[in-house]
Amino acid sequence: MLSFVLILIASVFFTGIIVRTKSMASGRKGPGIMQPVKDVVRLFKKGAVYSRTTSFIFQIAPTIYFSSVVMAMMVVPFGQSRGFISFNGDFVFFAYVLALGKFFSIISALDTGSSFEGMGASREALYSLLAEPAFFILMGSFALLTGYTSFHEMFAALHLGSYISYAIAILATFVLVMIVMIENSRMPIDDPKTHLELTMIHEVMILDNSGFDLGLIMSAGFLKFALYGAIIANLFLGMVPYQYSIPLFFIIQGLLAVVIGLIESFIARFRMSHNPQFIFALTSVSLLIFFGVLLVLGKFV
Amino acid sequence: MNYIRITNHQTIPVSDIPELDYNSFFELNTGIIIDHPERHCVNYFGYHVDNRIKLICCIADDLTHEIYVSSCSTAIQTRLQAFTSKLLCFEKFEREIHENFGIDFVDHPWLKPVRYAFNRADKTKTIANYPFFKIEGEELHEVGVGPIHAGIIEPGHFRFICNGEQILHLEIQLGYQHRGLEQLFLTKKSMLQRATLAENITGDTVVGHTTAFSYLWESLCGYQASRDVHFSRTLALEMERMAIHVGDLSGVCTDIAYQLGSSVYGRLRTPLINFMQEWAGNRLSKGLIRPGRNQFPFTSSLAKRLTETFNAFEPDFNEVSDEFFKLPSVLSRLERTGVVTSADVQEIGAVGMTARMAGINRDIRTSHPYSLYPELKHEPILKHHGDVYSRVQIRKLEVNQSISYLKTLISQLPEQISPNADLNKPKANSFTISLVEGWRGEICHCAITDANGEMLLYKIKDPSFHNWLALALSVRNNEISDFPVCNKSFNFSYSGHDL
Repeated sequence: MLSFVLILIASVFFTGIIVRTKSMASGRKGPGIMQPVKDVVRLFKKGAVYSRTTSFIFQIAPTIYFSSVVMAMMVVPFGQSRGFISFNGDFVFFAYVLALGKFFSIISALDTGSSFEGMGASREALYSLLAEPAFFILMGSFALLTGYTSFHEMFAALHLGSYISYAIAILATFVLVMIVMIENSRMPIDDPKTHLELTMIHEVMILDNSGFDLGLIMSAGFLKFALYGAIIANLFLGMVPYQYSIPLFFIIQGLLAVVIGLIESFIARFRMSHNPQFIFALTSVSLLIFFGVLLVLGKFV
Repeated sequence: MNYIRITNHQTIPVSDIPELDYNSFFELNTGIIIDHPERHCVNYFGYHVDNRIKLICCIADDLTHEIYVSSCSTAIQTRLQAFTSKLLCFEKFEREIHENFGIDFVDHPWLKPVRYAFNRADKTKTIANYPFFKIEGEELHEVGVGPIHAGIIEPGHFRFICNGEQILHLEIQLGYQHRGLEQLFLTKKSMLQRATLAENITGDTVVGHTTAFSYLWESLCGYQASRDVHFSRTLALEMERMAIHVGDLSGVCTDIAYQLGSSVYGRLRTPLINFMQEWAGNRLSKGLIRPGRNQFPFTSSLAKRLTETFNAFEPDFNEVSDEFFKLPSVLSRLERTGVVTSADVQEIGAVGMTARMAGINRDIRTSHPYSLYPELKHEPILKHHGDVYSRVQIRKLEVNQSISYLKTLISQLPEQISPNADLNKPKANSFTISLVEGWRGEICHCAITDANGEMLLYKIKDPSFHNWLALALSVRNNEISDFPVCNKSFNFSYSGHDL
């Protein structure tokens, strides 16, 4: 319950902080932090335009995408307070309910029949496919470490005691930050600012969406950022009392947004063919975490 | 001798151009170029003379600093052996002649139209029924981009045939910007109208095209510009080169999503074009260059302002360039992307920066010098890899070179400002060719006058005319997502091609 509200609040500011960081890094003042949300509110007031070549899938996909993100939010806990739903193996539910939303956004892109959107859909499918092992090896390692299989119990039992567990936490943060970049189509995987259809991944899939539908997709994007930010925050919150953990949650979210903004400011985007290599590298980092966990448990000498 | 040798900006009577029969015309012009990498075709065009068509071919020789001009008279609607069967660099010229006069070139690989809305010789052929090149295959797909550009700059259609992310073939179809400029040059008779037309051939090469037009017109009228006029033109040409190169560096950064470079180079372009506003009253340098006139004399106070501009510009430019040209993520995007081999560049007869990035020394500033370039002893900058990285390096180095030229120039300001000259009427029955190195490469303007000294033909060739093919070749076997950065690294003109 608490996590749901906190994620909602964080999502309002998240994209604004990224945009502001990027502007300041390039020596500009930049728009206000609330600007992305204002843009979405404006979109919500508009009607949507549908191309005649699209079917009902194109019309339901944005809603399914949005609701998949909301459902994923429900299983994310906050420190010792559990999410709306919590059951054994809920991290699998988390991953696949997001995948369901993505599946619908991919087939809705294919539904438009545009050659651009087909290209974007194939890229999005490929990169999410490649990112999946990294997420599951990471979560599996935590399950192994703590002996629990639900988000809430895992994070509650996660103690940072030995040196190796610090190393695991740092590596896990790195993997999660990079998964955030991939899942939210940010640099260096994708360039959210480009106007060139040929180089886009996520943006090109939603070229035909407009008005209310586009607003839904964009607000789902905000929520997704805060959602992953919440998982990262959970790595550190553990059993910390609320008066410390709530400010800490927002600090971690803000920091994540600033880091994303800085990464986007000072490097160039990857060549498309280097993306799979990069995403595979994440899987190997996850494997390191897995071996670290085995070391901690003494099962691996 | 079957051809006449002339120098850049020289006017000759049309009757001095030897007229050959087509076979010897063919043998002569292909013979001049084959096995002579220092020679290339600068213009090849036709025009109506008494129900026949006169073809004129101009070939520049970089070593002798001359241009070899020959001509041939042929009937309308005939079939002729294509130059292209021996030399690919004539491909586009012959397509243009085919489109305008309906001459069928035998053994030409593909006489597809150069400029639409419709084929001039056969008006049933329009863009709507245009047959794009096709490759059949289960795993191949076509991607059509344009004619509306993603950045809404200028219109052009790009048809890719891809195998997944990999481009197998790119077909570029232009012509959406065709305004009939060459015709307008004949109907608009006043100097101001013509100079304005020259300025609008392509908006990013205002100085280049007006300089070419001015030298051509002065030569036709038998006028010798004085030193201060040459001075202003050289200065403006180099300023334009710098401004566009810096802007394109910013564009390349944007296309690879390197925000720091994009915003810093973008900012650095502004003081350069702002200086043009101080000098000429607008940032596009319009109205700055006119035949026989020094519209806006370059004063010592302007020279002081330019020095100040450079003092502020240079440290920042070098700093951001140091960062940009060393950053691993940038290098990984630019190196070995969009390679055009030296042999390909030679074969398609590319000019200017596009030739120099593949190690071919082709620069009108040294090969057919004009203005104050002989004094500056210009040495072209060459790169050899032919990739995007070579092209951005050339841009960076040419900016540095231009700064050093401009510093030399403003240390010796012309003392006298020449009064505005009243030009004579153009000589009757004359032919003039004018070559100028714009920032993209060689700009060629040709004019022919009739018995009354009125313009009979005005022929414009922007460097993009040769060079667009280089883009199509460069993206082969590259990823389709690298197309924008390849395109930006060349930055060819749509309107300069479409006229």
